[in-house]
Amino acid sequence: MNHFPESWGRPRDDIYGTYNPAYLQSTGPKAHTQSPAVTGTSVIAVKFNGGVAIAADNLASYGSLARFTDVKRLRKFSDTAVVGFSGDVSDMQYMDRLLESIDIRENYSTHGNMLNAKNLHTYLSKVLYKRRSEFNPLWNHILVVGFDGDKKPFLSSADLLGTTYSAPHLATGFGAHLAVPILRRLFPEDRPTEDITKEDAVKALRECLKVLWYRDARSLDKYSLAIITEEGVEIKEDQRLENQSWAFAETIRGYGAQVV
Amino acid sequence: MTSLVNQQPHSEAIGYSFSQSTHAPNKQHSFYPYTDNGGSTLGITGADFAILAGDTRSVAGYNINSRYAPKVFKIGGDDETGEGAHILLSVVGFAADGHALKERLDAVVKMYKYQHGKPMSVRACAQRLSTILYQKRFFPYYVHAILAGLDEEGTGALYSYDPVGSYEREQCRAAGSAASLIMPFLDNQVNFKNQYIPGSGEGHALEPKKAGPLPRSTVEQLVRDAFTSAVERHIEVGDGLQMMVITANGIEEIYTPLKQD
Repeated sequence: MNHFPESWGRPRDDIYGTYNPAYLQSTGPKAHTQSPAVTGTSVIAVKFNGGVAIAADNLASYGSLARFTDVKRLRKFSDTAVVGFSGDVSDMQYMDRLLESIDIRENYSTHGNMLNAKNLHTYLSKVLYKRRSEFNPLWNHILVVGFDGDKKPFLSSADLLGTTYSAPHLATGFGAHLAVPILRRLFPEDRPTEDITKEDAVKALRECLKVLWYRDARSLDKYSLAIITEEGVEIKEDQRLENQSWAFAETIRGYGAQVV
Repeated sequence: MTSLVNQQPHSEAIGYSFSQSTHAPNKQHSFYPYTDNGGSTLGITGADFAILAGDTRSVAGYNINSRYAPKVFKIGGDDETGEGAHILLSVVGFAADGHALKERLDAVVKMYKYQHGKPMSVRACAQRLSTILYQKRFFPYYVHAILAGLDEEGTGALYSYDPVGSYEREQCRAAGSAASLIMPFLDNQVNFKNQYIPGSGEGHALEPKKAGPLPRSTVEQLVRDAFTSAVERHIEVGDGLQMMVITANGIEEIYTPLKQD
């Protein structure tokens, strides 16, 4: 028997090889999130006359595993704004907690909650920038929609590096490749957003989600859709892309292994 | 010999110990805190004005993030719109750092006014900006900044910076992704490099054309030409040209569309 107590209860070296002490290490650099774990894919949003529409599917993936299929990635903030999260889900839940505490604090204050979507976007982008500067990023790319101080529709993005930008239509992740070209064709940027109706915007978002469902392998046909107007926020969290099917694929002939 | 004994304390050498902690290699951080948002900026001074311009495209790789993301900012204005500002700053490179830098300098110039009861001179602001950049020498703001304004005599002043705060006053400067395309054009058209007075001599006796301050209309046209040409040859430049002209009367902003391809 080996008489050294530190080897008791451990796999024997002569059978399993020497144990890698790196696994026991407690010193060394602090391990921050170096890559996301459970992730949400694209968020897409469009401005229209009198408001903004935003959509994201309800899937949280663990690598290529469709891990959670009922995750709400659109977060309402007190009737004034909606935040859509893509990227790491645990970091999303952390930011959700930050927003919750702000909301509570603001509502207990004497002036009531006066934060609009623009304020919220400034805040969240500063949180993201601070965390990237500490080399401990919140692994998300977010879209913030709502209204600015002049009551004009607001849509802006912020990512894990703290980079911010806004445009009449935005998409994160795969949507930046697949949805943005569709949205730019439907609603050219030189056309004023006042020409776009709510129905057009929502229809376009559904069309984009359909394309994403077919071509983004980490997406789902169950999605959430939020519409924010002067009247308030309307969130639908159990939407479904109806009658989608890959069945047509087997009828396609003429390329790949199929010759005739 | 001693080191050998220390590494293998027991005769039946087991490969680990609870106190052992130094052998595992340090893990490398894989998170890279910078990105390049592309675009280009350009500044030219005149006798009584300075122009600072930048395209409005923001990119991430081959993607266009936005067609309107300004890179030229008013510094030390009274409100959010920058009304009452007398200094301009352009930042190109990593947009998040550029934005943070702009916010910091803006706060500094405002505080200076509150504390001293007079607006900050462009020379003082230029030195302060250098200090701000150098303070982050070992985790730099990844931007090429250009500062513009009018000096104490009222002539156009332009200061250009590298990411860690080295700076100099110049007549003209291009920065950003298309800087290497625009700067030679400026050398020739603003500082008259390689231009000689015709018939002034043969070979080395040829007299170089003397550079001097250019009129505002000429400078504006040079800026437009520089950018329309850069758009043709650089994929990260395009969408819109934002020109800010600072004179004794204040700051004028001119927007001209550029090609969106």
